[in-house]
Amino acid sequence: MRVAGWLEERLRYRGAMDFLRHKEVPRHRFTITYYTGGITLFFFILQILTGLLLLMYYRPTADAAFESVRLIISKVRFGWLVRSVHVWSANLMILAAAVHLVATFFGKAYRRPREVTWLTGVGLLFLTLTFGFTGYLLPWNTLAYFATKVGTEIAGDVPVVGRAVMVLLRGGDDVTEATLSRFFGMHVAILPALMTLLLALHLLLVQVHGMSRPISVQPWGGEPFYPHFALRDLLVWVVLLGGVAALATLVPWPLGEKADPLLPAPAGIKPEWYFLFMYESLRLLPGRLFGLEGEVLGVAAFVVGALVLAAVPFLDVWARREQAHRAVAAAGIAALVFVVFMTALGLRPER
Amino acid sequence: MDTPVERRPPRIARRTLLDYFVGTGLAALAGAVFYPILHYLVPPKVREVTATSVVAAKASDLAPNAGKIVAFGGKPAIVLRTPEGEVRAFTAVCTHLACTVQYRADFKHIWCACHDGHYDLHGQVLAGPPPRPLEEFKVTVKDDDVIISRG
Amino acid sequence: MRPGILLWGILGPLLFLALPRTVAAAPQAETCTTCHSALEGRLARPPLGAADDVHTRRGFGCASCHGGDPNAMSMDAHGRRAGFRGAPSPAEIPRFCARCHSRPDVMREFNPRLPTDQFSRFLTSVHGQRLAKGDTKVATCTSCHGVHPVRAVSDSASPVFPTNVPGTCARCHADPDRMKPYGIPTTQFEEYKGSVHGEGLIARGNRQAPACNDCHDNHGAVPPGVTSVANVCAQCHSAARDLFVRSPHKAAFDILGEGECISCHGTHNIAFPSDEMIGGGRGAVCSRCHPAGSAGAQTAEEIRARLERVKAVIAGAEGLLARTATAGMDVADAQLDLDEARTQLILSRAVTHTASVAEVDRTAGAGVTAAEKARAFGEAAMAELAFRRRGLLVVVAIVVFVAATLWLKIRELESRR
Repeated sequence: MRVAGWLEERLRYRGAMDFLRHKEVPRHRFTITYYTGGITLFFFILQILTGLLLLMYYRPTADAAFESVRLIISKVRFGWLVRSVHVWSANLMILAAAVHLVATFFGKAYRRPREVTWLTGVGLLFLTLTFGFTGYLLPWNTLAYFATKVGTEIAGDVPVVGRAVMVLLRGGDDVTEATLSRFFGMHVAILPALMTLLLALHLLLVQVHGMSRPISVQPWGGEPFYPHFALRDLLVWVVLLGGVAALATLVPWPLGEKADPLLPAPAGIKPEWYFLFMYESLRLLPGRLFGLEGEVLGVAAFVVGALVLAAVPFLDVWARREQAHRAVAAAGIAALVFVVFMTALGLRPER
Repeated sequence: MDTPVERRPPRIARRTLLDYFVGTGLAALAGAVFYPILHYLVPPKVREVTATSVVAAKASDLAPNAGKIVAFGGKPAIVLRTPEGEVRAFTAVCTHLACTVQYRADFKHIWCACHDGHYDLHGQVLAGPPPRPLEEFKVTVKDDDVIISRG
Repeated sequence: MRPGILLWGILGPLLFLALPRTVAAAPQAETCTTCHSALEGRLARPPLGAADDVHTRRGFGCASCHGGDPNAMSMDAHGRRAGFRGAPSPAEIPRFCARCHSRPDVMREFNPRLPTDQFSRFLTSVHGQRLAKGDTKVATCTSCHGVHPVRAVSDSASPVFPTNVPGTCARCHADPDRMKPYGIPTTQFEEYKGSVHGEGLIARGNRQAPACNDCHDNHGAVPPGVTSVANVCAQCHSAARDLFVRSPHKAAFDILGEGECISCHGTHNIAFPSDEMIGGGRGAVCSRCHPAGSAGAQTAEEIRARLERVKAVIAGAEGLLARTATAGMDVADAQLDLDEARTQLILSRAVTHTASVAEVDRTAGAGVTAAEKARAFGEAAMAELAFRRRGLLVVVAIVVFVAATLWLKIRELESRR
C-alpha cells in the first residue's frame, strides 16, 4: 500500500510491527493473568481521555470547583457521561492495578531478570493511588473535603517526616483552597508526567524481557502478540468499554453538597474504599502501644509494608533459583486476606 | 518441517467478509465514542459566571425606583435601582417565612406580600413580622451588565 | 367620677409643683449606706443592690428619693428637719416615683427618650383604679420594676426586660389564691407560654413577639375590649387585618359584637395556624358558626380545597424531583419555581382572611402554575434519563457486535495456523 510505504519511510514503524509479530505470548493455565496489565492500561487511557475533557470546564478554586462540576454534569452535553466515566474508570483502574499486583506476585513475575519491572510496577501502583487521592478532592464537596482532612492527618502520622509531608500536601496547616490548588497541579501535571515516564519504562521492560511464566508451568504453545493476542486484548477492552458506559449511565456518581469548612465533619466520614484497609486497621489499634502512639506505629508499619512490597524480588531468594517457597505464597495470602478483611470491615455501615 | 508462519514470504491477506464486519464494528464504536466528545466540547449557553457572581440584569433595563427578581446561587435575589439612581442587590428570601419579596415603586422600598413585611433600601426591617434584615450583595456595573456577587 | 382620681388628679400636680426643680447632687459617700449595711434583715437590703440600680448609676443617692441628711451619722439623718420622707407605703409608691418620672423637664436631663406618661396611664389602669379605691394588694411601680435595685428596662435581669415581662405579670396573675377575690382566671400565662407568641418571645428571644404589655398596654393595663382586640392585633398583623376588612365577616362581627381575630385564633393560647382550621368539617374553626352544609361551610370547604391542591402539586413536584436527583440528575434549577410555589401557598393562606374563594383562587392558581413548572422540569429530567438509557442500549449493541466479530476473527486466525 502506498500510504503504508510513505509512512514507513518517515516513521520507520515496520521494525516495531515485526517485533510485535514475533513476540510470543505463551498459552498455559494462567494465560488469563496476561490481560491484567492491559486492562489497567486501558482504564488509564480512559482516564487521560475523560480527564482532558473535564479539564475543558473544571475550575480549581474553592469558590468555583463544585459549581464547575455541577455545570459539567447538568449543562454540558454528555458532561454527565464524561464525569461519570472518569470516576468509575478511576475506581476500576485501582481495582485492576490491585488484581495485576496479585497476579504478578503469585506468578512470581518479579524474579530475575524482571526486578526493575516489578519496581516500576510498584511505583505505578503508588502513583495510581495518589491519582485517586488527589482527584477525589477536586469536586470540593463535603465528603471529599473531610476525607482529605482525615487522609492528610494520617499522612502526618508518618514518623519523622510526617508533619513535613502533611504541610507539603496541604499547602499549609489546614485543608484550604491552597490544598485544592496543589492537588489539582499534582493530578493534572506532576502525576501524569511521572506516570508517563514510569509507564514507558515499565512497558519497555515488558517488551525487552518478554512475558514471564509462573514457575513449573508448562505451556502448550504460544501465539504471536500481533495480531492474535492483540485482538484478544482489544476484545477485552471493547467489552470493558461497554461495561464502563453501562455503569456510568445506570449507576451515576453523586455530586453531594459543596464543602463548607466551617461545618463539623459529618458522622461516619471515611476515605474511599481503596484506602479503607489502612484506615480501618489504624482505627482498631489501641491508643498507645509499646510506649508510642498507636496510630504512629500503625502508619510506620504501613510504610515498612510498602518498602517490603517494593523489595519482594530481593526478599524472595528462592524465586531466583526458580523455586517456589511456600512461605512467600503464604505471606502473600496473609497480606491479601488482611487487606480484604479490613476493607470489608471498613465498608460496614456505621453502627 | 513446515516453515514457521513468521518466516514465510508475506502474502497479501485476503480481505474476508469478516474483516469488513470487524472494520465496520470498530468504526461504529469509534463513532459512538466521538459523537459525545464532539458535543461535549461545544460550550453550553449559561449566563452564570460562577456561583458567586451572576450577571443579573442590563443596567439600561433598570429604571430608577424599580427592581427585578433574578436567580442567584439557586435562590431568588432582588436587584433594584433606588429613586436616586444607585443600583443595589439583596437576597429576595424574606427572613420571616421565606416568601419571595418584591420591589414596590409606590412605597419606594422592598415589600413582602405574604404578611406585609417592609424593608428599607438598605435591607433593614421597617415594619411587619420579619425578624432580620435582608442580606445585601455586592453590585458591580460593568459596561451595561449589572453583576451581583457575594461580598 | 371617682373621688380618688379627682383628689389625686388635682393634688398630685400641685404637690409636684411644690418640689424643687433640680434633683440630683453629685454622688457622694452617703452615711445611709454605712449604717444600713450594718443592720439586719430587710433593713440591710437597700445598699446591696445599689451598684445595679439605674438611678445610682445616674448619680442618685438614697436621699434623692427618700430625703434625709446623707451626711449625718446619727438618727438625725432621719429627722423631719432633714426632709426625711421614709419608705412609701404601697398606696404611696406610684406618686413617689412620679415625683420625677412624670415631669418631662426633669426626665429630659437624664433620658430624653423615656416617656413621662406612666403615672397618668397607671391611673386609668385596673391596678391604678383599684389602688385609688383602697386596694393595696394591686401592682404598683416596684411590683414590676423591682426596687433596690431598680434595673433599667434594657437590663436583661430586670423583671420588665421584654422576655421577662410575662413571668413578672404571672407572679400575681397565675396565682389562684391572689386572683380569687377578683375572679380573674389564672390560666393566661400557661396558655401564653404554649402559644406562638410565647414560644417566640420566651423560647427564641424574638422581641418582635408581643408580651403582655404589647396588647394590654404597659402602665395602663386593661384587658382590651372586644371591639379593640382586632385593632390591637393589627399593630403587627396589618396584612391579615387589611384582608379581613374586605371580607363579609367584618360586617357580621360588627353586628354580632364578636371579637374579630380572637374568635378563630384565641386570646392567649394562639397557636401557629394550620390548614386544618379552614373547612366545613367539625375540626375547623369555621364550624363554630357555620353549620355543616351551609353556604359558609361550603365556601370554607372550597377555600380549603384550593390550599390542598397547591400543597398536592408542590408535593408531587418535590417527589418527582427527589427521584430524579437520586437517579443522578441535577435539579437545582427547579428550586426557584418551587420557591415561588411555596410563596404563593403562604400568600394563599394569608388571603383566606378574605373568606373569598375568588381571591384565594388567584394566589393558589399562581402557586399551582409555578409548581407545575417545577414538575415539568422533573419530567424533562426523567425524559433525559430515558434518552440516556436508550443511548446506552445502542452503545451496548455496538459493543456486542464488535466483540462478536473480533471473537470470530480470532477464531479465524487460530484456525489458519
